[in-house]
Amino acid sequence: MTDFLLELRSEEIPARMQAGARAELDKLFRAQLAAAGLEAGDLTIWSTPRRLALIAKELPDATAAISEELKGPRTSAPPQALEGFLRKTGLTQDRLEDRDGVYFAVIERAGRATRDVLAEAIPAIVRAFAWPKSMRWGRESTSSESLRWVRPLSGIVAILGDELIACEVGGISTGFATRGHRFHCPGEITIGSAADYADKLRACHVIVDHAERAAIVRDGAAKAAADAGLTLVEDEGLVIENAGLTEWPVPLLGRFDEAFLAVPPEVIQLTARVNQKYFVVNGADGKLANGFVCTANIVASDSGAEIVAGNRKVLAARLSDARFFWEQDQKKTLAEHAEKLANITFHEKLGTVADKVERVAKLAEWLASEGIVPNCDPALARQAAELAKADLVTEMVGEFPELQGLMGGYYARAEGLPDAVADAIRDHYKPVGQGDDVPTAPVTVTVALADKLDTLVGFFVIKERPTGSRDPFALRRAALGIIELVLRNGLRLELDYAASRVGHLIGLQQEKSTSTAVHEIWLAEFMGAELFRAVPDFFVDRLKVQQREAGVRHDLIDAVFGLEKRKDEIVGNLARVKALQAFMATDDGANLLAGYKRAANILKQAGDMSASRLREGLGEGRSSATPSPETAPPPTPPASGRGELEPAETALLAALDTAEPAAAAAVADERFTDAMSALASLRVPIDAFFEDVMVNDPDPAVRAFRLGLLARFRDAVHSVADFSKIEG
Amino acid sequence: MAETKPLSFQDMILTLHAYWGARGCAILQPYDMRVGAGTFHPATTLRSLGPEPWNVAYVQPSRRPTDGRYGENPNRLQHYYQYQVILKPSPADIQDQYLGSLAAIGIDPLLHDIRFVEDDWESPTLGAWGLGWEVWCDGMEVTQFTYFQQMGGYDCKPVAGELTYGLERLAMYIQNVDNVYDLRFSDPVGDVPGVCYGDVFLENERQFSKWNFEVADTDSLFAGFKAAEAECRRAIAANVPLAAYDQAIEASHLFNLLQARGVISVQERANYMARVRDLAKGSCKAWIDSQSDRWIAQYPGWTL
Repeated sequence: MTDFLLELRSEEIPARMQAGARAELDKLFRAQLAAAGLEAGDLTIWSTPRRLALIAKELPDATAAISEELKGPRTSAPPQALEGFLRKTGLTQDRLEDRDGVYFAVIERAGRATRDVLAEAIPAIVRAFAWPKSMRWGRESTSSESLRWVRPLSGIVAILGDELIACEVGGISTGFATRGHRFHCPGEITIGSAADYADKLRACHVIVDHAERAAIVRDGAAKAAADAGLTLVEDEGLVIENAGLTEWPVPLLGRFDEAFLAVPPEVIQLTARVNQKYFVVNGADGKLANGFVCTANIVASDSGAEIVAGNRKVLAARLSDARFFWEQDQKKTLAEHAEKLANITFHEKLGTVADKVERVAKLAEWLASEGIVPNCDPALARQAAELAKADLVTEMVGEFPELQGLMGGYYARAEGLPDAVADAIRDHYKPVGQGDDVPTAPVTVTVALADKLDTLVGFFVIKERPTGSRDPFALRRAALGIIELVLRNGLRLELDYAASRVGHLIGLQQEKSTSTAVHEIWLAEFMGAELFRAVPDFFVDRLKVQQREAGVRHDLIDAVFGLEKRKDEIVGNLARVKALQAFMATDDGANLLAGYKRAANILKQAGDMSASRLREGLGEGRSSATPSPETAPPPTPPASGRGELEPAETALLAALDTAEPAAAAAVADERFTDAMSALASLRVPIDAFFEDVMVNDPDPAVRAFRLGLLARFRDAVHSVADFSKIEG
Repeated sequence: MAETKPLSFQDMILTLHAYWGARGCAILQPYDMRVGAGTFHPATTLRSLGPEPWNVAYVQPSRRPTDGRYGENPNRLQHYYQYQVILKPSPADIQDQYLGSLAAIGIDPLLHDIRFVEDDWESPTLGAWGLGWEVWCDGMEVTQFTYFQQMGGYDCKPVAGELTYGLERLAMYIQNVDNVYDLRFSDPVGDVPGVCYGDVFLENERQFSKWNFEVADTDSLFAGFKAAEAECRRAIAANVPLAAYDQAIEASHLFNLLQARGVISVQERANYMARVRDLAKGSCKAWIDSQSDRWIAQYPGWTL
C-alpha cells in the first residue's frame, strides 16, 4: 500500500474552471484505475492557478490477477467466425474450450504493477482531460493534433511512494521537480513524496489546498474590514474566484473617494466586483461605505501600501466611468431614451423592442382596466410599461447589463416620475427565479405580468416553443414568473383570454406592417385555435412542476385543470386541487374514489356491450369504430312498469338530488371544501348501492335505470373533478 | 527602483525595444495606416499564419474613435499607443520573458501584485481567436497576453504568443500620475525642456473627438467603405493580398468612424462587421494561397 502524488503544472488556469477541473481529474483518475482493476479509494484533489494536484492514499502495489471468460461462436459456425474470435482473443484454437458446442476462451491476466498502470494512466488522463476551452501552444503546435490543455502545460510530478512514475505526454516528461510561488520562490523545488508535497509548497509560498486559500480570503477580508470599523459585504463567489487567482492570498483594505458614493450602491458594488474582483464594505449605518478589499498574491515588501494605492487608482478610474454614465444617462428622460428601442430587434418575427413595449403597454393598461390586477391605475401601468425597457439603451446598462430594470428605476425617480412607476420599472423583471421576491405593488405586478405574457405568448404565436431541454427564450421561466405573480396576488387571469389578447396585439402590429393578403396568411399560420389551447396547457405543465415542492399531486392538478367544463384560470383551480387533495386524504375521499372507479368500469362495460350489441343488430360486427364510454345508457328516468325501487336505489337518488345542486353551488362560489362535502355525502349511498343491488339485472328496464343512476353519480362527481385522472 | 526616477514615456518604449531586440525580436515600425489595435498590423495578422518563425516587436498607434472624450477624461483617448510583441512559435518561457520586460521598465513584482487573469481574445472582424489573460498590475490591466489559435479563420500552426502592452496605462502607472496628459513624454536635457503627453496630444484629442463624433462627413465615409470593399476584392482577384489587406484595414476603420457618428443601427452593425470580416478573411486566404506552396516546400509535413 503506497500513496501516490500527481501534479499537473501549467500556466494560469482560469479561476472559474478550477472546480470543474478537480472533478474531471477525480473522474478520469478513477476511471483509468478502474479500467486496470484498481480501486482508487480515497482521493485528495487540490487546485491553484498554476497546478492541479491529486493524492491517492494507499494504492495497492499491483492489480489482482484476473481470469476473463469470453463466449465465442458455436463449434458448428463457419470458419470465418472462429477466425474472428481467435483474432479478437489472440489465442490459438487448441486453447479454446468446447462447452456443449460453443467455444469459450479463458484468458488469464497476471496482476500488473501499479507503477505500470499509472505510467499509462497519466498520459491518458492528460489527453482525455475535458476543459471548457483548450488550446495548443509552442513548437509542437505546428501540427493541429498537438496536445491541448487549458493553457500551456509546463510540468508533471508523478511519485508513487518515493519512486518516480516515468512517463511522457506532449513532450513533457514527469519528474520530482515543481515550482513554488511565481515571485516569492521562482526556482525549482524537489518533491519527495505525497507526504511532503503540501508542506514543501507551503514553505515556498504556495497554499495548494484551494479550500484553505478560500478560508484565508473569506476570513482575511472580513478582518481587514472589521479592523477599520467596517463590515464586509459577503460574497462567496468572490471568495472562490480570488482563491482561484492566488497561490498566497493576502486581503488588503483600501478606500476610495467618498464623492463616488453619489452613484447608486449597486453600481459601485458591481464595478468593484465584476471588473476588479473586489469586495465592498458597509459602514456602521449598514450603507455602502467608501472602502474595498482586494486580494493580492504576494506578501509585499512594503506591506501592500503600493498595491492598495494602485488598486485605488484603478477603482477610481472605473468609478469615474460609472459616474460619467450615471450623469450622462440623466441628460435625457427615459422617454427620450426609449426612442432608441426602435433600433433593437426583439425577434425578427416579433419586431423591435419598441414594438414589444407598445404591446406590453397596451396589455398592461388592459390588465388594469379589466380589473385583472385590482386597484391598479391603468394610466400608471401604461406609463410604467412604456418606460420599463428604456434603460436598455442607457450607457450604464450597456456597461452592466445585469443592472437592467434597477437603473431604469433610479433614472425614473431622478426625473420625478411617481414612485409606483419607478418601482414598476425597477422590479418588472421579477420574479427572476424560484425564491426571488414576487412583486405585490399593483403597477409593478401589472407590468411584470404584461411583459412576461407578451414574451410567452409571442413566442408561442411564432412557434418558438420549448422542446425537451431546449428553451432558448426562457419561456418556462416566464411561465413560472406568471404563475408566482398570479398566486401571490390572487389574480383571476384567464389564460386563454389573456393569450388571445396578446395574440390580438401582435396581430394588429403585423397588420400595420404588411399587406392585407400577407396578414391573412400570417393569421392562418400563426393564430390557429391550437394556440389558445397550447398556452393554458403549457401553464398546467409548469404548475405541476412549481407545485411539486409544495406537495401538490400532479394527478389532482390534471383532475381539475383537465375538466371538460372549466375556466383556464390558476387561482380558483388550484384552490380546488388543494381541497381535493385534502378530501382524497380522508376515508370518504378514498372510498368515493373506489366507488367512482367501480361505477365508471360498469358504465364502460355497459357502454361497450350496448355498442357491440348495437353493432351486432346492425350487422356491423367487424366495424373498427371504437365505442365511447360516454355512450352509456341515458340517466334515469325510472322505467315505467317497474315496481317499488330498492331502498338503496331510493337512497342514492335522494342523495344525488341533494348533492348535485349543493356541489354545483359550492363550485360556483368556490367553496371547494363544501363541494367536497357534497361529494362525500354520496359515499355511503353509493357503497350501499353496490352492496345491495345488482346493476346487471335480467330485466333490461331495471338495468337501464340502474346504469342511469350510476351515470348520474359519475356526472355529479365530474362537476367537481375528473376522478378518472386520479391515481390509486 | 524607488531611488531612480521612473522612465519617461519615450524611454519606456526605448527600454522595451532594447529588451525585446536583445531577445531576438526584429524591431519594426508602426504600420502607416489607421488601425484600431496593434493586432491589425500585417506583421501580426498575416505573419501569424504559416509555419515560419516570426519574432517582432513594434509600437502601433491605435485609433478608437468611440473612445474619444474631447481631452476631458484622464483615462480615455481616441488615439493611443500599443506595444506589440509577436513570438512565433510561442516559447516555453514566454511568461518569464514577459515578466522580465516589466522588471526592465521598473516594476518590482515583490512590491506590486502581478496577476494573470483569464481573458480570452476574439476578433470577429479578423476571424481570429486565442486564449490568454489580461495581465494585472495592482488591479490594472497592463497587457493582453494571447496565444493565437486561429487567424482569418485558419488554425495558427504553430501558435504565436502575442503581448500587447497598453503604453499610456503602463506609463501612468510607472510614473504614478492620475491624468494621462500629465505623463512625462520626454525628460529635459540640459536647457532643452521635456514635454508632457498633453503637450503632444491634448489638442489632437479635442479636435479628433469633435471630428469623429460630429464633423466627419458620413456620406463620404459610407462611400469610402464601399470603395475599400471593392478595392479589396479587386486586389484579392489580382493576387496581391498585402494590398487587399490594406483595404480591409481601411474598411474596418471607416466602419469604426461610422459607429462614432452614430449612423449605424444595431441591425446594420452586424451586417457591416460581417462585411469587414469577409474582407479580412479573404485577404488572409489570399495571403495563404500565395505563400502555401513555399511553406509546404520549406517545412515538410506542414499542412494548412
